[in-house]
Amino acid sequence: MIEREQVLHVARLARLRLTDDEVERMAGELSKILEYVETMNELDLEGVEPTSHVVDLTNVLREDVPRPSWPREVVFYQAPDATESGFRVPSPGGS
Amino acid sequence: MSEELLGLTAAEQAARIEAGDVSAGEVFDYWRGRAAADDLGAYLWVAGETPDDAGTLPPIAVKDLFCVGGVPSMAGSRILDGYRPPYTATSVRNLQDAGVRVLGKTNQDEFAMGSSNENSGFGPVQNPWDRTRVPGGSSGGSAAAVAAGTAPWAIGTDTGGSIRQPASLCGIVGMKPTYGAVSRYGMIAFASSLDQCGPLTRDVTDAAILLSHLQGRDPCDSTSLGIPGGVPLPSAERLDGLRFGVWGMEEEGLEPGVAEQVNATLAKIEELGGSVERIELPHAKYGIPAYYVIAPAEASSNLARYDGVRYGHRSGNGDLTSMYEQTRHDGFGEEVRRRIMIGTYALSSGYYEAYYGTAQKVRTKIAEDLAAAFEKVDFVVSPTSATVAFKLGERTQDPLAMYLSDYFTVPMPLAGIPAISIPCGLSEGLPVGFQIAGPAFSEARILDAAHALEKSIGFEGVPVA
Repeated sequence: MIEREQVLHVARLARLRLTDDEVERMAGELSKILEYVETMNELDLEGVEPTSHVVDLTNVLREDVPRPSWPREVVFYQAPDATESGFRVPSPGGS
Repeated sequence: MSEELLGLTAAEQAARIEAGDVSAGEVFDYWRGRAAADDLGAYLWVAGETPDDAGTLPPIAVKDLFCVGGVPSMAGSRILDGYRPPYTATSVRNLQDAGVRVLGKTNQDEFAMGSSNENSGFGPVQNPWDRTRVPGGSSGGSAAAVAAGTAPWAIGTDTGGSIRQPASLCGIVGMKPTYGAVSRYGMIAFASSLDQCGPLTRDVTDAAILLSHLQGRDPCDSTSLGIPGGVPLPSAERLDGLRFGVWGMEEEGLEPGVAEQVNATLAKIEELGGSVERIELPHAKYGIPAYYVIAPAEASSNLARYDGVRYGHRSGNGDLTSMYEQTRHDGFGEEVRRRIMIGTYALSSGYYEAYYGTAQKVRTKIAEDLAAAFEKVDFVVSPTSATVAFKLGERTQDPLAMYLSDYFTVPMPLAGIPAISIPCGLSEGLPVGFQIAGPAFSEARILDAAHALEKSIGFEGVPVA
């Protein structure tokens, strides 16, 4: 069972604001989903190797050759707020 | 000529272009008109004009999450509303190099998270067979466009079933290739160890043609390998000597009408010289639980980039953190927020091993089940979806019921293997899909088997209006 405090903690980690109603609903939904997910624990997985990826590749290397990147105007064009030299963001604040 | 195009597969249209019966520009024009008149909600953007160089093959509908230079590419999310990337995904570029032009961008579940297309930030898509029903998801727009004849063919992405399930629900062909067959560069990421691009088409031959152009190693995606030997045109008409292992027919929730069509297809396999036996995938039922840890965990990491700084939506007053939090609250839809929360929780301190670690081990067990099956049989087959297309709104209030829509399609991406869904009949007037999976890089053999079966099934009834 996921408590309200846990929801708020995880939402902070995810940088996600939730309204009070959403916190309540999320607590119920996450509890239900995690309870279902935990059916995995019926299995004996002692000694089983985890699979993180399915491609049989390791250390794909390439030459480290410099090449041109996007011009600034292309990079800044889509930003909600940009100057000619960077992205503008609100102050990180004091708290 | 133009109206005649509607009745032709993409390969047949290409042959008309090649023969000089019709120009590629005329073909593009025709489909542009069809796409612009779409009233199912299948498109988020349609090309405004026919390009001077219209290529050599019919144009394609592209799922919104593929970056196409200068064209809106929003992954169905309000957080990317209006975003036009400066570059084009390798998969789309490969198609362009082969003479295929982009017809439009198709609607999808936001960031590919969904099985009904109802999670799109830009509204749902209706199923052309019955407008009160969903087209499936997450590549719902691509599937509906091909089924309704507003696109000659399409591409989508499959993470847990997002190509095969909508193909099944819309009565078309959809294929998820082996992980690594097609570059993921320029695909807006959902779950990077699972995502794979593939075709949605009217028939198996069209799927093979698209896949032959899509596949290939790409220096921009270090997990890409291409398909060794490429993808030849399928030609098989018999299944002599081939062994098919069927699973999941006793599943609770499998509709009798779906089971009936799948059983009829198994009988056709035997008529064509193949053999059918029951197989067990003992860990398949843990596929959904493992998937709903792994995919959200990877998504929570991939979606951290949407912070209102470099592109897309921004909202909120106050300091930087407050801007991040408000932007992400306002920009993401409900299901995306839910998955970010599940994934962040599963990866958070103290829970990582219990959830993510366990899910990765289950992933190993599922891959072992499939490997063991392929010791005995050439293909693993099942229904693609336990049900026909369900009603709009039917599963939106119950996330778990929606997640279970992917029961038959989730084991393959967890194991990284390829699988196709072909239409095999109707139940209550709605299409049923038959799924054929094979070992890694067995695309050519799967396509051949699907080709032979497709001929024998003779599915007709794309509800073109």
